Amino acid sequence: MRTYILRRLLALVPTLFIASVIVFVTVRLIPGDVIDLMLSQNDLTASSRTREQLIAALGLDKPMWEQYLHWISRIVFHGDMGTSLWRGTPVTQQLLERVPVTFELGAIALLVGLAIALPIGVYSAIRQDTTGDYVARSFSIVLLAIPSFWLGTMVMVFPSIWWGWSPSVEYVPFTESPAKNLHQLIVPGVVLGAALSAITMRMTRTMMLEVLRQDYIRTAWAKGLNERLVIVRHALRNALIPVITLVGLQVPLLIGGAVIIEQIFVIPGMGLLMLEAVQQRDYPVVTGVFLMVGVVVLMVNLVVDLTYGLLDPKVRMR
Amino acid sequence: MAVADPPIGAVAAPARRPRGFWSRLFRDKPLGAFGAVVLLFFLACGVLADVIAPYGFNDISPLDRIQPPSLEHWFGTDNLGRDVLSRCLYGAQLSVIIGLSAAFLATLISTLIGIVSGYFGGRIDLLVQRFVDAWMIFPELVVLIVVVSVLGPGMPQIIGILGLGLGIAGSRIVRSAVISVREHMYVHAAQSIGAPSPRILWRHVFPNVLPPIIVLLTTRVGTAILAESGLSFLGLGVPPPAPTWGSMLTGSGRTYMFDGPWLALAPGLCLTVVVYSTNVFGDALRDLLDPRMRGSR
Repeated sequence: MRTYILRRLLALVPTLFIASVIVFVTVRLIPGDVIDLMLSQNDLTASSRTREQLIAALGLDKPMWEQYLHWISRIVFHGDMGTSLWRGTPVTQQLLERVPVTFELGAIALLVGLAIALPIGVYSAIRQDTTGDYVARSFSIVLLAIPSFWLGTMVMVFPSIWWGWSPSVEYVPFTESPAKNLHQLIVPGVVLGAALSAITMRMTRTMMLEVLRQDYIRTAWAKGLNERLVIVRHALRNALIPVITLVGLQVPLLIGGAVIIEQIFVIPGMGLLMLEAVQQRDYPVVTGVFLMVGVVVLMVNLVVDLTYGLLDPKVRMR
Repeated sequence: MAVADPPIGAVAAPARRPRGFWSRLFRDKPLGAFGAVVLLFFLACGVLADVIAPYGFNDISPLDRIQPPSLEHWFGTDNLGRDVLSRCLYGAQLSVIIGLSAAFLATLISTLIGIVSGYFGGRIDLLVQRFVDAWMIFPELVVLIVVVSVLGPGMPQIIGILGLGLGIAGSRIVRSAVISVREHMYVHAAQSIGAPSPRILWRHVFPNVLPPIIVLLTTRVGTAILAESGLSFLGLGVPPPAPTWGSMLTGSGRTYMFDGPWLALAPGLCLTVVVYSTNVFGDALRDLLDPRMRGSR
C-alpha cells in the first residue's frame, strides 16, 4: 500500500506542472487595453498606482517564461500567490478562508447525493423492470436534466411564495455555530447533490445488475444467505468500486456547480471569491482561485484513488 | 454504419432489407425518438424565432409589467413588460447557435486530438494525454469564467472556449475508439501496402470511429447549452439585452419572481426540456450506433 500511495503522489507532479502552465497562460492572455480598463474601472490611480506599477504588479514586464518561473517558485517555496489588487490582502490568506467553506458545501452535496443514489440504485437493480424501477429511472433522468441554478432559483422563490419560508442567506461560520452553519448549508448542499445523485443512481443500477448476474452471487443465494447479506455484502461491495471512480470524475463538475450555488445562496466560498474577483478584474485573485480549484480536484481524485486501492487489492498490485 | 460489409465469399443478397436508422429509432427507442422530435421542434423555434415570436425580445411596455400568463402573453410578461414567450423563442435561437457551433467545434477538436493521439501512440500520445489529464481537472464553468474575465463577454469567446474545452475533454472517447480500430486487419493491410498515414486515417480509421463521434456531437449540444446558460446566469454570458435562458433566470430578475413565479418557470423549463431531450436522444443513438458504449455514461 505504501508504494501505491507513493506512486500516486509522484504521478501528480507532471499533472500539477501542466495545470499550472494552463492557469498561467490563460490569465496572461490579457490584452493591453484591459490594463487601461482596470485603471479606469478600479480607480487604482487614486491609490497612487501608475500604469507601469500595475504592469509590474501583474508581472507583465518580463518575458513569459521568466514570469512563469517567478510566479511558480513564489508559490512552491513561499506559498505566496501575490496580493489582491483591490484589497491588498495576500491571495493565499483569502483562499485559506474560502476553501474550507466550499469544501464543506461539496462534502454535504456528496453525502446527500450518495444517500439518495445508493439505496434507490440498489432498489432499482434488485427490482429490475418493476414499476418502482421505471419510476426511479425516469426520476433520475429528469433530475439529470434540471440545471442546478434553476433548481436553486426555484428553491429560493417557491417556498417563499407558498409558505413564506426561504433559505437563510446570512452565512454563519462553522466555528461560531455548527448548528446554524449546517442548517444554512443543507439546502444548497441538497441542490448541488441532486444532479450528482442522478448520475450515481444510474451507475449503481447498471453495476448492480452486472454483479447480480455473477456466479458468486448465485453461490451466495444457493448456500441460503438472507437477501440483506447477499445484496449488501456480496453484491454492493463489488458494484461500488466503479461507482467510486465515477464519483471521483464528478468532482470537477461539483466544484463548477458550487460556483453557481454559492452565488445563489450567498455562501462565501471559493466560487464567490472568484466571481467577486472577476467583477473587480482582480487578476492575482482570479489566478489563485483558478489554480486552487485544480489543486483541490487533484487532491480529491487522489483520495478517491487511494480509497479505490483500499477497496480493491488488484488495483494496488498494478 | 447501419450496413456492415458482407464477409468475403458471402452472397450479397440479404433476405430482408435492413431497416433504416430512423425506423429503428422510432420502433426500438421511443424515448430517444421523442427526444429527437422535441429537439427538432426547438431547432425550428430557434430558426423561425423572427417569424413566429409574437413580440420583439426587447419590446418594453411599462403598462404590462409582470402580467400573469394570458391569451395575449402565453408565458406572461417580465418586470419591463416584455413578452416572456417571445424572449424564450429568441433564447432558443441563441441556444441553437451556441449549442450547435460549440458542439461542432468541440467534436472537430476531439476528433483531431483523439485520432492523432490514438493512432500514432508512443511519445506523442503520452505528451498529449498528460495535457488532457491536466486540462480535465478544471471544471468547464471555472475555465469559462476565467476566460471571459480576461477576454470580455461575447458570443465568439464563449463558442470558442466551449469548443476548445469540451473538445479536449471529449478527445478521450475518440482516442479509445481509435486505439481499438488501429489493431484491425484492414488497418494493418493498408499500412503494409505502404498507404500514407493521412490516407489511412481518413479512409480507414475515421469512418470506423464515426459512431462514437456522432454520439459525442449530440451530447455536446446539451452540455454546451447548459454551460452557456450557467455563464449567462452569472451575468458573464452573452451581454444583455440578448435574451438567453440563463440570463432570464438571473439574480436581478429574481426579486420580481416573487410577484411573478412564471418568470422563474418558463426559461428553466425550456432549458430542462432541451437538455433532457439531448440526453435521451444521445442515449438512444449510442445504443443504436455504438453497442460497445452501452451502459456507460
